[in-house]
Amino acid sequence: MSNQEKHWEKSRGLLFITLAIWFVFSIGIFLFGAEMNEVTGPFGYPWTYWFTCQGSLGAFVILIFWFANRQEKIDEEFGFSEREDE
Amino acid sequence: MKGNFIDNLPKVYGIYTGGFIGFIIIMAIAEQMGMSAKAIGIAFVAFTVFIYALIGWLSRTAQADAYYVAGRQVPTVFNGMATAADWMSGASFVAMAGGIYFKGYGYMALLVGWTGGYVLVASLLAPYLRKFGCYTVPDFIGTRYGGNLARFSAVVVLTVASFTYVTAQINATGTIASVALDIPFQYAVYIGLISILLCSMLGGMRGVTWTQVAQYIVLIIAYLLPVFWISNKMGAGFFPHFMLADEVARIGELEQQFGFVKNAAADLKTVPKGLAGITKAHSAVNATPWAFISLALAMMMGTASLPHVMMRYFTTPSVKAARKSVGWSLFFIFLLYSSAPMLATLSKLSLIDPNLPTGIIGKSIAEVQAIDWYQNWNQANLMFVSDFNGNGTLELNEFFMGGKAVVLATPEIAGLPYVISGLVAAGGMAAAMSTADGLILAIANAISHDVYYKIIDPKAETAKRLLVARVLLVVIGFAGATIAAMEIQGILGSVIWAFDFAMSGLFFPLVLGVWWKRANRQGAIAGMLGGLAAGTWYLVWVRTGGSGFLGITQLTFGIFGSAVSLVLMVIVSLMTAEPDKATQKMVDDVRVPSGKTILGKSH
Repeated sequence: MSNQEKHWEKSRGLLFITLAIWFVFSIGIFLFGAEMNEVTGPFGYPWTYWFTCQGSLGAFVILIFWFANRQEKIDEEFGFSEREDE
Repeated sequence: MKGNFIDNLPKVYGIYTGGFIGFIIIMAIAEQMGMSAKAIGIAFVAFTVFIYALIGWLSRTAQADAYYVAGRQVPTVFNGMATAADWMSGASFVAMAGGIYFKGYGYMALLVGWTGGYVLVASLLAPYLRKFGCYTVPDFIGTRYGGNLARFSAVVVLTVASFTYVTAQINATGTIASVALDIPFQYAVYIGLISILLCSMLGGMRGVTWTQVAQYIVLIIAYLLPVFWISNKMGAGFFPHFMLADEVARIGELEQQFGFVKNAAADLKTVPKGLAGITKAHSAVNATPWAFISLALAMMMGTASLPHVMMRYFTTPSVKAARKSVGWSLFFIFLLYSSAPMLATLSKLSLIDPNLPTGIIGKSIAEVQAIDWYQNWNQANLMFVSDFNGNGTLELNEFFMGGKAVVLATPEIAGLPYVISGLVAAGGMAAAMSTADGLILAIANAISHDVYYKIIDPKAETAKRLLVARVLLVVIGFAGATIAAMEIQGILGSVIWAFDFAMSGLFFPLVLGVWWKRANRQGAIAGMLGGLAAGTWYLVWVRTGGSGFLGITQLTFGIFGSAVSLVLMVIVSLMTAEPDKATQKMVDDVRVPSGKTILGKSH
């Protein structure tokens, strides 16, 4: 397998992990919205309400930065990161 | 100032922010000295629009790559701010808190959808399209799949989606300009349009980028300052986002106490059009999982297909910067979106809690009708009370409000000085203008670059190309304003439709263009046109009395459109020949950040 194929395989792996986390916060928890809202969550808000107001939104922000850092590491590992002068 | 403009950006916008805060303070002092509310409103809107026009003029350019992609040198954080302003429309600013106020959980699917989509943008598309080096989204489709028909199909989808969206934004600028400047809506629409064109005509993407950063700063101050102020004034907590749990619980208690009384149809007929009462619980889960998830999913996939957002990531200096920039965009969006539910909570509690001095439920009707702010907003057709049961007391089901009132009227209800209302008007104007600019530019660039330059006249010189781009900008702006002046559709409904149109035609052709090497021209054309046609058919069918299926409504028709698009694209691609070696090599090159862009610097 060439260097480029390995790089792409790893990038694809990262994509699947990212999409799995995305799925949990955008879809997964809202499958159980009614049940979860009975429980008191962060700062005293009901759980589901908190996720729709802040929790999921904040999770997406963190997820994107995490993804960007991981992808940069993968690019560096295989020597595909951009040179500054390009 | 020493050094070039890009290095001095933090300083430039730091001074700008300081100057804007200074302006707010001067207005506050002027108000104390007797400046009229109307004059303050005019000053806020006129001053900010003047600044944007000045930035637009300073950013004028005659170079193609500055006009189309701002010279590809916009730093990560600033591009994040510009994208946030590009993204948050008049609807987000003026109508979102109102939607949450009236519809609660079911509506908040939009919050999740309009943020979660950025994960798809960052992971599936933005960095790869940046590596491609295209000027527009159809530029990517046209080069990856090859052929004028593929390019043209992408322009069609882009135009349908963006034009649906832009009429709503011009409508919003007109509404705000007409209120703040006190002129009729039909004229205000064109004043709004001229302000929009001033930002984009001379500098193209460069002008739009630097005005959008300025507009973001205005709109975020205008949104957050009242939320924090009201929360502190009500004693609800100095940092509302973390401290409103008691208030949310209290609203639940009051809802139990008052109950949701259903009004008779005859009574509801007397309520002015566009106003609504509180009929849904504030924090309870009031939608089925599928209703919530389908709306969120449609908005997420729509986000990743809207060209005016995608093209912002063409302006970053590198692929790495494009990825980080998506994160910053979402962070800046998060600041406003996470505040909207807090504003809705504060607004609702201050109106319905009888223990608060501002509460009106439980007071006598005559007493409410005598309140100053009630009279103002009643005249503006945004508030209404009526004694349906004839007991002389205002009940929860007898109070009606327009969705915009939550943002526009809450500062006044809470007793904040008028300067805040002027600030909010300037913020709403900034939000609507920045989005309208991005959209008009996306359409005009696609037609001038992809249809005129790439298809009709590939030998055209830069000066001529940019002239065509500018003429188109004006034509499209006026077409949008003319339709907006007719007021045929609501703001929020047409925004949601734009997402559905975009995802129907563009989501899979874009994503598979990067992630599936086997995808070919025939498949992409079938996916774009078939998806758009299927989505449009479904919308028309449901609108004309069709029953729909699988719980897909006129707000989520993109789910059907994009499913058809995916199926067509895969089947047609597999039935026809695989892409040639050069195209496959192109896809391989897109997938690694290093090396030259696929399309040259100036193409």
